Amino acid sequence: MKSTYKKIAYIISMAFIAVIFAGCSTAKTSSKGNPQTGNTIKIGENMELSGAAGGYGNQMKQGIKMAVDEINKQGGIDVNGKKKKIDLKVKDNKTSTTTSASVAAQFVNNDKVNAIVGTATTNAGTAQIPNITKAAVPAISPSATDPNFTLQKNGQVQPYVFRACYQNNFQGGTGAKFISDTLKAKRVAVLYDNSTDYGTGLAKAFKKSFKGTIVDSQAYTEGDKDFNAILTSFKHKKMDAIYVPGYYTEVGLIVKQARQAGMNVPIVGTDGMADPKLAQIAGNKNAHNVFYTTPFSTKASTSNPVAKKFMAAYEKKYHAEAPTFSALAYDSIYMIKQAIENEKSADSTKIAEGLSKIKNFKCVTGSITVNKHHDPEKPIAIEQLTNGKVSKTYQVK
Amino acid sequence: MQTFFQQVINGLSLGSIYALLALGYTMVYGIIKLINFAHGDIYMLGAFWGYYVINAWHFSFIEALLSSMVVGAVSGVVIEYFAYRPLRHAPRITALITAIGVSFLLENGMSYLFSSNTRDFPQIISQHNYDIGGVLISNIQILILVTACILMILLQLIIKKTKMGKAMRAVSVDADAAEMVGININRTISFTFALGSALAGAAGVLIGLYYNSTDPLMGMTPGIKAFVAAVLGGIGSVPGASVGGFLIGILETLFQSIGLSAYKDAVVYGVLIIILLVLPAGIFGKNVKEKV
Repeated sequence: MKSTYKKIAYIISMAFIAVIFAGCSTAKTSSKGNPQTGNTIKIGENMELSGAAGGYGNQMKQGIKMAVDEINKQGGIDVNGKKKKIDLKVKDNKTSTTTSASVAAQFVNNDKVNAIVGTATTNAGTAQIPNITKAAVPAISPSATDPNFTLQKNGQVQPYVFRACYQNNFQGGTGAKFISDTLKAKRVAVLYDNSTDYGTGLAKAFKKSFKGTIVDSQAYTEGDKDFNAILTSFKHKKMDAIYVPGYYTEVGLIVKQARQAGMNVPIVGTDGMADPKLAQIAGNKNAHNVFYTTPFSTKASTSNPVAKKFMAAYEKKYHAEAPTFSALAYDSIYMIKQAIENEKSADSTKIAEGLSKIKNFKCVTGSITVNKHHDPEKPIAIEQLTNGKVSKTYQVK
Repeated sequence: MQTFFQQVINGLSLGSIYALLALGYTMVYGIIKLINFAHGDIYMLGAFWGYYVINAWHFSFIEALLSSMVVGAVSGVVIEYFAYRPLRHAPRITALITAIGVSFLLENGMSYLFSSNTRDFPQIISQHNYDIGGVLISNIQILILVTACILMILLQLIIKKTKMGKAMRAVSVDADAAEMVGININRTISFTFALGSALAGAAGVLIGLYYNSTDPLMGMTPGIKAFVAAVLGGIGSVPGASVGGFLIGILETLFQSIGLSAYKDAVVYGVLIIILLVLPAGIFGKNVKEKV
């Protein structure tokens, strides 16, 4: 009797395992990708809504929601003459690579989305690539900056991976050029965030292209609050400027502590600093002689009607100045819309094709042309803060 | 030389925060042999309370400091009552795991309720720098050091001179014997939690003022470093925790100043390993021989 039970239990458990494994494999269909069905275009939002990058993910969520609401209010996206509304599905990847991969799998296999927006970070974004590539569904990351993010190991472009932000080499190189050409600084200290690909990648790119002397290079990790020791050691090395690739949470504190320690050299950073919160954390009177490269300049935006409209709408909805991350995420949705309208189809493979062909598309963060590495080519600006306010914008060619 | 003294000042300011936190770890461990991993999050609650009352009710620094000490004390007692008291006679590992759970609950609960964004702490005291022979020291750094020292001395007085302090020491030596001579164990343990958590609440306001930033996850790393400081000084020893806190602060600053900033956390955890291997009782800890 007992052995019969055992056998039955064994068979049942094997059956379960088989079912579980079957669920993992991508359903094979004759045509590649997820076709557009019904009256909606399904877009998945694979986003860092909690965990270490939660702050950025939530800003992006706001931008995405604004774009989707706007498009739906106008009746939806024009697919070959028929207006179809966007059905946005939001899932939190908890800033974890494993969760990001499983969120992507659920989107492409269960929800049958036509495109994915996300993730915010390079790590989580890289984790979803195998799943989206297998399913032939394009994903566009608003803010993954690693140069290799859109590339395969052999150097060829990932067919379904796109981004809306600059890659590190471009931004780091621009920062280096600005420091030596415009600020005329010869000796620079680097203080970077080594807990993210963003900080390490930019520091590497900067060091590679900077022509002057790098007097010191030190690292911090996300969540650090005390930079007095590092800044004191910089102070006695006689530098003309500090380059700080990192996010506003920490860079705000670096600016504050540097000014309070009596260091008034220019502090130059990257778009991770482009947030009104930076001046709040640093204190307005400390936030002077601060520069950062940014795709989205609030000053330059006065000449850009798309940005002007976006900023007014954001201000009305959230009662705050629009952060860069919201702008990038907003643009990501519009890039998908443009791809669908150009290709006259919302099938996932067609969207991917359309995204790679975007040219001179007017966005909040400037006029975007997607190059052969799926990087957006758009103008870069450098903003200067004086007393916590943007006082000047430099255009770097 | 100037650089060196400047770094010492930096180290002492950082160290005084670790010391205040380490006192909470050490007292709770001393009395019920529990490492209260939620302690760093009470520090976070203190910072948030300070942020709230200064912004909403326009409290002054002293009022904010005292009120967040009260909030810290109350939350410490509440956590003890709901999370640890039911496990008083359970194996020690159960309480330890619960402590980690409480820590996650506080961190994620606060993130959920108030979002995980970093907030700028209102600057009620404007900063002035004093230049002493080329070494800059700010009024806020002095304030932190002085407040920390006053609180530590007060704590020592409470433990040595008051009846409750005597009860705490008695319970930490032998809880059963203490109960037999009429000490209310539960009340004593609650009092210990209140004292330690009040210090953490004070540290929260001080750090908010010093760094001008608060977020729900701010208690994580300082909490663990303060734990290392408590072990370094000899967990269970009150003077040990103060000294350990300052030592960890200075050590961290030292490693950053010689260019090894990327390894500063690793160094602190390395210290923990070395102390446990070489001097498990810590600097001030008594090496108690187990009776067989």
